[in-house]
Amino acid sequence: MEESKDRAIKKILPGHGSGGKLMNDMISVMIKEILGKDSIQIDDSAVLDIASGKIAFTTDSYTVTPIFFPGGDIGKLAVNGTVNDLAVMGAVPAFLSCSLILEEGFDFESFEKILISMRDAAGEAGVKIVTGDTKVVPNGKGDKIYINTSGIGIFKNEVQRREIKKGDKIIVSGTLGDHGITIMSLRNDLRFSSDLKSDCAPLNGLISEVIAKYPESIKFMRDATRGGLASVLNEITAGKDYSAGITEDDIPVSEEVKGICNLLGLDPLYVANEGKVVIIASPEDADGIVNVMKSNQYGKDSAIIGEIDSLYPGKVYIKTFIGGKRLLPLLIEEQLPRIC
Amino acid sequence: MDRELVKKLADVLKNRKLPEEVRIMEVCGTHTAEFFRTGVKDLFPENLILIDGPGCPVCVTPNSYLDLVIEIAKKYNAILATFGDMIKVPSSYSSLAKEKADGMDIRIVYSPLDALRMAEENPDREIIFLSVGFETTAPAEAIIIMEAEKKGLTNFSILSCNKLTPPAVDALLSADEVRIDGFIIPGHVSTITGREPWNFIADKYGKPGVISGFEAHDLITGVLALLDLLEKREAVVTNEYKTAVREKGNPNALKIIDTVFEICPAEWRGLGEIPGSGLRIRDEYSRFDAKKKFPATPPPVKEHAGCRCGDLLRGIITPPECPLFDKVCSPENAVGPCMVSSEGPCSAYYKYWRR
Amino acid sequence: MCLAIPMTITKIDGNYAIAMANGVETQVNFAMMPDIKINDKVLVHAGFIIEKLDEEQAREIEETWAEYYAILEKEEVKPA
Repeated sequence: MEESKDRAIKKILPGHGSGGKLMNDMISVMIKEILGKDSIQIDDSAVLDIASGKIAFTTDSYTVTPIFFPGGDIGKLAVNGTVNDLAVMGAVPAFLSCSLILEEGFDFESFEKILISMRDAAGEAGVKIVTGDTKVVPNGKGDKIYINTSGIGIFKNEVQRREIKKGDKIIVSGTLGDHGITIMSLRNDLRFSSDLKSDCAPLNGLISEVIAKYPESIKFMRDATRGGLASVLNEITAGKDYSAGITEDDIPVSEEVKGICNLLGLDPLYVANEGKVVIIASPEDADGIVNVMKSNQYGKDSAIIGEIDSLYPGKVYIKTFIGGKRLLPLLIEEQLPRIC
Repeated sequence: MDRELVKKLADVLKNRKLPEEVRIMEVCGTHTAEFFRTGVKDLFPENLILIDGPGCPVCVTPNSYLDLVIEIAKKYNAILATFGDMIKVPSSYSSLAKEKADGMDIRIVYSPLDALRMAEENPDREIIFLSVGFETTAPAEAIIIMEAEKKGLTNFSILSCNKLTPPAVDALLSADEVRIDGFIIPGHVSTITGREPWNFIADKYGKPGVISGFEAHDLITGVLALLDLLEKREAVVTNEYKTAVREKGNPNALKIIDTVFEICPAEWRGLGEIPGSGLRIRDEYSRFDAKKKFPATPPPVKEHAGCRCGDLLRGIITPPECPLFDKVCSPENAVGPCMVSSEGPCSAYYKYWRR
Repeated sequence: MCLAIPMTITKIDGNYAIAMANGVETQVNFAMMPDIKINDKVLVHAGFIIEKLDEEQAREIEETWAEYYAILEKEEVKPA
């Protein structure tokens, strides 16, 4: 499908969502061209034939700024975010909806790039975008583009979450903090340059490979997005009679993320990731699981970083390299760069 | 330092037997957080008590300062540039975070240089930089005023609340409200001031002090050195951060501070007014002094009933001993700055202390 | 007010230098340390170089603490 270049009109003009004919056609022509003819709803809803039984269904909205960043853009983020939310439930992601809110004045060239990256991300993850909608808001009432994606995943074999027990291992699929720090260091007032990239990636392949080989030993999976690893572990231990203990030396963090976190006074364990999964697994298969993950391109830095114990029931703690321990509480507010 | 050596010294600290209780104060807020974050505090022998000092510039900022900041920003429609640390600190009636949510243009910067750049990029708007901090940050704030003058900027000013740490420790010791056996002295403040200005701890009050850095090995060796001085009953102030701290500090930085600022009395939360503990912009630079450029009278100062941050900053009580701690006062609903600032003692305790 | 990070000077142009740590580069002001050179190790606080780090001192300190530990170890080994 050849992407057309000679767009007479450069920007999205008013009067689209409300049926403004000319611009409406242009947008839907472009979306259909790039995302496929059924990604735009012709009649009132898409009809899908899904074998009976349980499905996983999720939705999320994406408002990241800047909309383009090293390692991806808001479109790739929207597709992978929903794919990962389905995959960590043990479901096979199958169908996606994609609704767009465009700000009047948003340029077509960027819009086209984002649609292309959504198409490529859907292709890589093996999901189909089956329905969608577009609305345009007056200039100043939005920030270029917002995307909402919903997704349906099919449960091939019944995978439910098993009871977490003391001795279970905590595994992460790679370096932490890449996405959040990439976005933060792009803010104009922070003059840091590094070749750090967002880790935005589809994890359904990696997860299905792990489930195929070790179906019985996965106790829990979650992608560590907003709030980072520490938030996921706190959600797991809250109110339970066990604690999650992790070891500082075993936690994969890239040099650049360490560097920028030092400069800004941030803790990478609380920074958002967009392509990392936290897995709680039974101890005997943990090494095997990590080896499977390492063979996948998105899991090459996978590592066991700690285990479930009963030292501080209901809490998460970290053992520092000198052998001291400190709690990793749930932080409700977003970290701000600080100098003291 | 070689990691194996650090681990060995960590064990030395852990197994150190102290005949009686030892109470040491770490003055600087970053030390407070790093003792927890590195896990060094977890190694402390049972009877080694660490008291948090007034060294968190956000915590010691009085309500009156933020009341004035908010009043000026409203009255003159100015853009406020501030470090992230100040955003959530409660003022008498509000906070910068609340004002920002209500539409006030408040921008977080990593460096004072970013505030200067903001003024150049917004020539038609007034930019006010909230100049908070101790000796470590004061020279940076003086430099941006000199740069603003060189560039002939007319839309840039700072609202100075800069403070000096030795006078505060002196006031604390002379008040003699709490028993402190020795001090861990802030390493980066001392990078600017040098070792000398801290001699009064030994000469005037007969107590030992150790200038320490902020890595795990700095904290461990700093505490061990202080315990050795206490054991030998030696009242001296030693420099355990020689990689960065000289005897006379950084002469250039001190000259820069002295060019733009002059010493004045300053109001500290919990400690009241301390003579010679503040920095005020000299007359030659008064066009960059937001207090003079934007006259405003904020509403009367109101303290939060029951907030005992003042006692805490004087080391009289520890966070768990404050009646509000982890009840009315928590990160979600911070009553006082000691809970708000990530360097504040209560914030560190709330996060890292195991009940 | 004390977050300051050790960095290495990689470039000096006009009144700004470029400092690097962990593969991250940032522009820093060096008005407080006018005589810095390339490859100097410095302390950076809020975008400003506040001091040059004395690497020789760092080695000396490490040696003294290694001796400190060695002496302690010998003492423990001595029969009580």
